[in-house]
Amino acid sequence: MGKSILVGMADLNVCTAPDSITTLGLGSCVGIAIRDPGTKIGGLAHIMLPDSKEISGISHVPKFADTGIEELVKKVVAAGAGRARLVAKIAGGAQMFAMNKNSNTMKVGERNVIAVKKKLKEMGIRLLAEDTGDSYGRTVVFFPETGDYVIKTVGKPEKTI
Amino acid sequence: MAELSMEQLSSQYYDILKELGNIGAGNATTALAQMLGGKLDMSVPQVRLLEFKEVGDLMGGADQIMAGIYLGVEGDITGSMMFLLGMESARHLVSKLMMQEPQGEMFSEIELSALKEVGNIITGSYLNSLSALTNLKMIPTVPAVAVDMAGAILSVPAIEFGLIGDNILLIETQFNDETQMNGYFILLPDLDSYAKILSSLGISVG
Repeated sequence: MGKSILVGMADLNVCTAPDSITTLGLGSCVGIAIRDPGTKIGGLAHIMLPDSKEISGISHVPKFADTGIEELVKKVVAAGAGRARLVAKIAGGAQMFAMNKNSNTMKVGERNVIAVKKKLKEMGIRLLAEDTGDSYGRTVVFFPETGDYVIKTVGKPEKTI
Repeated sequence: MAELSMEQLSSQYYDILKELGNIGAGNATTALAQMLGGKLDMSVPQVRLLEFKEVGDLMGGADQIMAGIYLGVEGDITGSMMFLLGMESARHLVSKLMMQEPQGEMFSEIELSALKEVGNIITGSYLNSLSALTNLKMIPTVPAVAVDMAGAILSVPAIEFGLIGDNILLIETQFNDETQMNGYFILLPDLDSYAKILSSLGISVG
């Protein structure tokens, strides 16, 4: 058994088998797990917002889908993963509260998922599986060893994608 | 009105915001105690400027299950407000209101609606007292409720802050009694509302 690396909100990190990497309580945020099945080197990013270009003057890279994924890829490749072999799994992007106020902020989960998929496609990283949308939080654990992405929710059985 | 950035909020402002939290949460806690027919203790409020990755640690871990009642604030002051309860507290509150223990492990539709109503009353008394103090209009929107992991619930206000900066500023007050109840009030005024609140109290900003 390896150790478990914790990733916070608007944060990212690299993980090498046999360790696992986890982030707790994804709401509207999206957890992007990438991995090179050859070297079993991977990583996880916990992004909050879809697009860094929508907001000026903010430089916090892991916060956004576009800059966060770029940074994550850079870091895993630097750790020894093969850029061309990278594959991804994603989870999160829920709408936690049903309300009308600020419909833009409220639909941010959905917009996050769209932005993540777009960025992955743009970078030529294949999306293998996803568990996104709906209205509940998710805690995720990613195992670069097997590529298993384990998703825990409140009041529902655990599932692996 | 002068622009105010979060980093500029000096310790003096923190003390004032803390006092606001004290007054608001004091009234809200009293309302809650009356509803429960018991006594509740309240902590000294904390004003915190947090990085997003620290948000999860706020209430005993991001995967801690909590009931969150979330509502927007409109009027002179804009922002949002959250009333968070530990699972045990939420169940206790529901059983008091419904005169019976919650049936399932998760809350039913009507039990959630009862929680929402409690949130409405409690946060209403919080905002009313601040409104009376500052002479600024604060109108709560219809609340929404979610029972889920603390991190997932708190990601909602965090994202609103993410749009304007890399930190989240909140006024947090904890309350509890000897046994069942514990919870938090979190007031999250939009950035330009801070300047309004401070100047309404006769403090010049910037």
